[in-house]
Amino acid sequence: MTRLLTGSLAIAGVAFVIGLDTLRTPPNPYQAPPMLALGSGLSTSGGFCGALPS
Amino acid sequence: MTATTLASPGFRPLAARTGLIGLALVVIAMVALFVGVRYALMLLIGLGFGVALEGFRFGFAGPWRAMILRREPAGILAQLLSIAVVACVAIPMLASHPQELTGAQAPIGFAMIGGAFVFGAAMQVVLGCGSGTLVNAGSGNPVGLLALPFFALGSFAGAYHLIWWTNLGALPILTLRGTPGLMITLVGLALVAAVLLWLGKPGSWRLPRRYVLAALTLAALAIANLVVAGQPWGVVYGLGLWAAKGVTALGADLSGSAFYAAVGSEERLNASVLTDYTSLTNFGMIAGAFGVAAWRSGGLSQPLPSYPARAWIVTIIAGLMLGYSSRLAFGCNVGAFFSGIGTGSLHGWVWFAAAFAGAFLGIRIRAVSGLEARP
Repeated sequence: MTRLLTGSLAIAGVAFVIGLDTLRTPPNPYQAPPMLALGSGLSTSGGFCGALPS
Repeated sequence: MTATTLASPGFRPLAARTGLIGLALVVIAMVALFVGVRYALMLLIGLGFGVALEGFRFGFAGPWRAMILRREPAGILAQLLSIAVVACVAIPMLASHPQELTGAQAPIGFAMIGGAFVFGAAMQVVLGCGSGTLVNAGSGNPVGLLALPFFALGSFAGAYHLIWWTNLGALPILTLRGTPGLMITLVGLALVAAVLLWLGKPGSWRLPRRYVLAALTLAALAIANLVVAGQPWGVVYGLGLWAAKGVTALGADLSGSAFYAAVGSEERLNASVLTDYTSLTNFGMIAGAFGVAAWRSGGLSQPLPSYPARAWIVTIIAGLMLGYSSRLAFGCNVGAFFSGIGTGSLHGWVWFAAAFAGAFLGIRIRAVSGLEARP
């Protein structure tokens, strides 16, 4: 066995997470924010490991 | 083109490499089309992180180990250089756009310090921090691949209990802002570099070219991360989110957690993972590392190493500890050390000191874990 197996498993894991999540919560491109946060005039809203939830 | 040419040894890698680039472009275009351009950019930035970290063979855990065991500070000096470049851009930008951009700011507290210490130890056991585990998994390292799902579960559990831990005692969020904040940050980084040079081997001030390139590339990508997402580069939030989404899909109720019951957390749990910035850069890091390993001659054809059973058990425990402790510590090397110091948060400095102390313990644990020959 080589690293091709383990590397492929990692990629398959990513595809599995995205695939399963997309079936449960499909994205909506019409709700997409502006391309850049800088200059958008909008406050940030993403989750971050340093932030406590609002 | 003749059939002989198509079957020639030189053509196959070329076709594989062209296919890799083509596939990456198709995926990015699909995300732009079906999710949004900002999210496609974040995936592209994540790919860049993965390509840079694996391509330059650069990381966080290895350089700390090199300094502790061999008094070779070059890798940490490159990390400090990268953080300094980020700080020079990010701290003024945060001051001028306080509404649109946010730094990696978190409170210093008992759990934060303890979490950073444990994280520093665990990352030396598996020789991979947050980004390192993703990159290792993507490039086919079996230890990284096994640690990753347990890292995600640990991150979920740590977030679940986070509020309980922070209630044990924490200071208000302390940040270095504006020009004075930048000056203090740069002086602090220079002082740490001076101490490392003093402790390092003679002549250790010279940085290998690949370290300088890695430092500058990572800095450019981290600044792009801040500009596009409005928040700094992070890792562990995304991993915990994947596990949280998994357990809710299985029917678990997270309302008992003050963290997951919060409105912001609930919104993210119900949104697509392709709209979560740290998830996107995490996906990109795994894919970018895989791409470099596949691109590199012989990268994926290396045989898998053999470890004793206790090494795999240690890897699982270390993965869980990495995830749990990094949530308590408000980030890993990326979210707390790199982005924390780079955006002026004092918790990044405390994290660095605590995690570096933990690294001494982790090196000793690794030596008896079966993950390497005993020195």
